[in-house]
Amino acid sequence: MTSVLVIGEATSAETAGALAAITKELLGAAVRLSADLGGEVACALIGADLETPAKVAIAAGANTVYVADHVSLAQYQIETYLPIAAEIARRAAPTVILLGQTSMGRDLAPRLATRLDSAAAMDALDLAVAGDRVRVTRACYGGNARQVVSVLTDPQVITVRAKSQEPLSQDPGRTGAVEAIEVEVAKARATVTEKVTAEAEGVRLEDADIVVSGGRGLGAPEAFGDLERLAAILGAAVGASRAACDLGWYPPSQQVGLTGTVVSPNLYIAVAISGASQHMAGCSGSKNILAINKDPGANIFRFARFGLVDDYKKVLPALEEAFKKVMAKS
Amino acid sequence: MDFIVCVKQVPDPEAPASAFKVDEAAMKLLPAPGIDPVINPFDAQAVEAALQLRDAAGQGAIRILSLGPESARDVVKQALAMGADEGYQLSDPAFDGGDGWTTALALTKAIEKIGVPDVILCGRQAADFDQGAVGSVVAELLDLPSVTVLRAVALEGEHIVASRVVADGFETVRLPAPCLLTISNEFGDPRYPQLRQIMQAARKQVTVWGPADLGLATDQVGAAGARVKMEALYQPKTETECEFIKADTAEAQADLLVRKLREAKIL
Repeated sequence: MTSVLVIGEATSAETAGALAAITKELLGAAVRLSADLGGEVACALIGADLETPAKVAIAAGANTVYVADHVSLAQYQIETYLPIAAEIARRAAPTVILLGQTSMGRDLAPRLATRLDSAAAMDALDLAVAGDRVRVTRACYGGNARQVVSVLTDPQVITVRAKSQEPLSQDPGRTGAVEAIEVEVAKARATVTEKVTAEAEGVRLEDADIVVSGGRGLGAPEAFGDLERLAAILGAAVGASRAACDLGWYPPSQQVGLTGTVVSPNLYIAVAISGASQHMAGCSGSKNILAINKDPGANIFRFARFGLVDDYKKVLPALEEAFKKVMAKS
Repeated sequence: MDFIVCVKQVPDPEAPASAFKVDEAAMKLLPAPGIDPVINPFDAQAVEAALQLRDAAGQGAIRILSLGPESARDVVKQALAMGADEGYQLSDPAFDGGDGWTTALALTKAIEKIGVPDVILCGRQAADFDQGAVGSVVAELLDLPSVTVLRAVALEGEHIVASRVVADGFETVRLPAPCLLTISNEFGDPRYPQLRQIMQAARKQVTVWGPADLGLATDQVGAAGARVKMEALYQPKTETECEFIKADTAEAQADLLVRKLREAKIL
């Protein structure tokens, strides 16, 4: 009996054919939830060339992997993925379905839940079992508050925020079954005609150990050049607040926040960012925040471990030199 | 080409964090004094998208639909002032305590009653509960193609061409009407209504419907019909003590900071 079904991801550009990190995190969560709910963990993989990801999914905790492998499924499209996900859900009959709060998950989960005559709780930060329900802790009001919700109907469809759950350590000795799903690919009314990758060069935001982020307080788009230089010294990724992205100063793909990317680096350097709640929702999971802002009352300092109250224009050149020295040593 | 835009009234998301308070026992937000609720910013952008698509099509009606308390009339009026034609409000005490599911069900029934238009638009999520589910649920109930989190929309003959924001860039999606689109903040600022338009909108009647008008039983709406139950609402505590780095010169300040980062084994 399946208690938790994870809808995995293995074909998005960022995973390059491997099982996505978020899917391993979801499988880790699923194993923990199923220990309390009673039952097994299944994983659905929809895409193309899924042989290796299916094996990885078993090593990451799945007892059964349902694989819908077809060349026309290489890219996520709601109308081709949704009927297959619903078919796998009917076959596995889980009480809980987990998806990542990703481009795919946030699009797919509400329609999947509705098709299964249930409902979805979106963007979970924490999951706990109470009886046969999963209590979902999630952020709301732009990150200003947390709510705990449970889905009363089955299956309980839940999307989960990246990096909020620990994956199991990969165990190649773990065994499981792979079940191929006969695919009849639906004809999509909405078709993807073009895909443009618009990520900044260098370290990916989600993976970076250090992130250097800039906000509206920078005053001009050129200042992101200074941040990029600083990031290059530190091997860091560059992020931006929503305000800065909306002004066109930096690509939306680099937006950190509620409606952008959620990051949890070891060090998050916030330059001229006031710390609006919706921004903090994207970076408050950072282990350490260094805030540079000339306003001592800025909200960001409430979350920061270290603070510099000064004009970033004065601070950055000196920081660049100091970081250069220390990075040369290490 | 006809449109329906779903809009929601929310507490002002731009209000300072210090003004934010919740009543944990009642699981309700306490209204910030002196700060009025607003149209959900993503929904204002959805209204703007409808206005632009209508301009491209050359003609068509834009109808505004909102579920919420009586005060939500203000956001319907605002959308009318921006240039929409008709307003519909789903307002009744029976709708209270609902969730994304009951909201989507009521909106769907209202859309069917008005007549399914060529394009339904919503904001990508509401700035209160940030679920981002209602638009997609409406699309599923109406069996319409949907594209979510859009930064741009255009018309190409009979088709809609939408630019969807994804994790590593953008996708161009082409789809026929009827369809449902959700608009993201990357779309750009919505227009401000002119005084003359505000006065015209003030005179327009807003149709108000309750559950019975939509053919819904009282146990299909509000708390009785909800599929997601709120168990708790609280404000997270931030317990970080910020250590402010101060020195006489920028250089000394930078050196001190780097030393602290080294000591804390962060660098």
